[in-house]
Amino acid sequence: MNENDYNFAFLDEGSKREIRRAIIKAITIPGCQIPFGSRELPIGRGWGTGGLQITLSIIGPDDILKVIDQGNDDSVNAISIKKFVSRCTGVEQTTDTQKATIIQSRHRIPEEKLGENHVLVLQVPNPEPLRSVERSVLKARQMHGDTEYSAAWLLLYEQIVRYGKITMGAGYPVLVDGRYVMAPSPIPRYDTLGLDDADCLYLFGAGREKMIYAVPPHTSVVPLDFDDFPFELENVEERVCRICGAENVYFDEIFDSETGERHYQCSDSGFCAKNAAAKQI
Amino acid sequence: MDQIMKVNELSVVYGKGCDYCRDSNNPLEKNRCPHCMAVCAVRDISLELYDSEILGVVGESGSGKTTLMKALYFDIIPTKGSAYLAAYNNGETDIFSVSSQQQRAIRNNLLGMVYQNPVMGLLMNYSSGGNVAQKLIAAGHRNVAAMQERTAQLLDHMEIPLNRVKEPPRNFSGGMQQRVQISKAIANNPPVLLLDEVTTGLDLSVQAKVLDLIRMVQKQLNISVIVVSHDLAVIRMLSDRTVVMLDGQIVEHGFTDQILEDPQHWFTQTLVHSLI
Ligand SMILES: Nc1ncnc2c1ncn2[C@@H]1O[C@H](COP(=O)(O)OP(=O)(O)OP(=O)(O)O)[C@@H](O)[C@H]1O
Ligand SMILES: [Mg+2]
Ligand SMILES: [Zn+2]
Repeated sequence: MNENDYNFAFLDEGSKREIRRAIIKAITIPGCQIPFGSRELPIGRGWGTGGLQITLSIIGPDDILKVIDQGNDDSVNAISIKKFVSRCTGVEQTTDTQKATIIQSRHRIPEEKLGENHVLVLQVPNPEPLRSVERSVLKARQMHGDTEYSAAWLLLYEQIVRYGKITMGAGYPVLVDGRYVMAPSPIPRYDTLGLDDADCLYLFGAGREKMIYAVPPHTSVVPLDFDDFPFELENVEERVCRICGAENVYFDEIFDSETGERHYQCSDSGFCAKNAAAKQI
Repeated sequence: MDQIMKVNELSVVYGKGCDYCRDSNNPLEKNRCPHCMAVCAVRDISLELYDSEILGVVGESGSGKTTLMKALYFDIIPTKGSAYLAAYNNGETDIFSVSSQQQRAIRNNLLGMVYQNPVMGLLMNYSSGGNVAQKLIAAGHRNVAAMQERTAQLLDHMEIPLNRVKEPPRNFSGGMQQRVQISKAIANNPPVLLLDEVTTGLDLSVQAKVLDLIRMVQKQLNISVIVVSHDLAVIRMLSDRTVVMLDGQIVEHGFTDQILEDPQHWFTQTLVHSLI
């Protein structure tokens, strides 16, 4: 028993087992949304409770936890999740991607390449890529079952017709393992390619919608696109991090309203600190 | 003449049904089973559709026409019966027996449907062009420029002006919405086109135009069409052969001219006489 008299990792063993079963099912059917009985947590829904329940279900005493919010280890949300997990498990925390074994994240995949020793847990607000075309959950499930994905492509088609290009920013829809179309949570387009043929395991949890899905290691993940409008990354050329000098990473844009200047800095704060420290030596 | 589609003893029951109403020789109260109160919307319907013909299905409101069409387009799972399409596995496989995924493929590639209610057939908030393109996307097209060209061409064919292609159908009149539905339905050159009350609720002049366009499309594409209407005037204008439905059953079938000249069943006689 730990200091708070809660079960290890807060959830009771029965709940953890149920969530693990959903995770295993999700891993065996890559990209397919698996329902689970979302539990109440001392954190409001919509604040990453889906991701948190996954983390709590898979974490063991020897794990090392990193939590990021939009790439940032130090945001209020990331810190409160980290604190909570540490208190009910006693596991070590880190901001170092390489050191971590479980990384819970909102909106980003870390810049440093994840390996076989990593599980990345992503918090998902809206797991259903067909939602904007089909409001009925039941019908959307039927469409997944039938691989009827014309609506997902139509969404992109409409953007091209209207704006001359695909304007979908975050949460770009992908085809997983040639079978399921998946909403990869609101990660930027830049991160989408990191899902393909990765060494690590990606787990996605939606607390409000009570869904879990997964991209196991070395699974093919292909962004939806058209022959004449292929998938393109956001333009990051000629941008340099003002803190660590990194190029070709994903940046936060900072606008200085006094000077009117635009600055860029790494969105991944852990990577940025490491990179800056390495340059000092 | 080659058979394009064959439907055998198709039934759709809303409700559980019972032994009494499952036997199609037992009389119902209109289409309702007096024992279990189930609605036998379509009852043991068999029909054939031949190459390049327009087959009319006429019947009063509630006779089961829409239910029949929706069953053929896999929107409703039939209670019993089978159907065969020449274009699917040489007409050797009952299309109701295959997986729902296969049925989607049949629907996307071999059938076109125009719904009585445009809300069923169109995404009202997407562009009209996009609505038509969706059918192309569903059939595997992945080139935007080519799809845009084909879409504009189809809509132009249906006399939707080019400068309105980007507008959503919700901005359109009923007649225009039906023409967008037709464009979508024929986008993949399906061998079979299903039209459910395409002209119902439209002004007479608009009706005439839509009917003209349907005839033109049928000739140009050489497709087989099932056209459903409660209005014998529409059937007379379009169809070569006609079946007459009453309370979920076919009560008369034959060449449209013959049926009009010499109706056999009392219900057809009433229909024909009210036409004059
Ligand atoms: N979802 C449903 N549940 C129960 N009964 C239904 C349902 N849909 C239709 N029906 C009934 O089935 C019968 C056939 O309806 P259907 O809509 O197929 O007729 P229709 O010939 O297309 O009529 P209309 O000319 O008015 O379009 C009617 O008695 C109708 O009330
Ligand atoms: Mg009807
Ligand atoms: Zn009955």
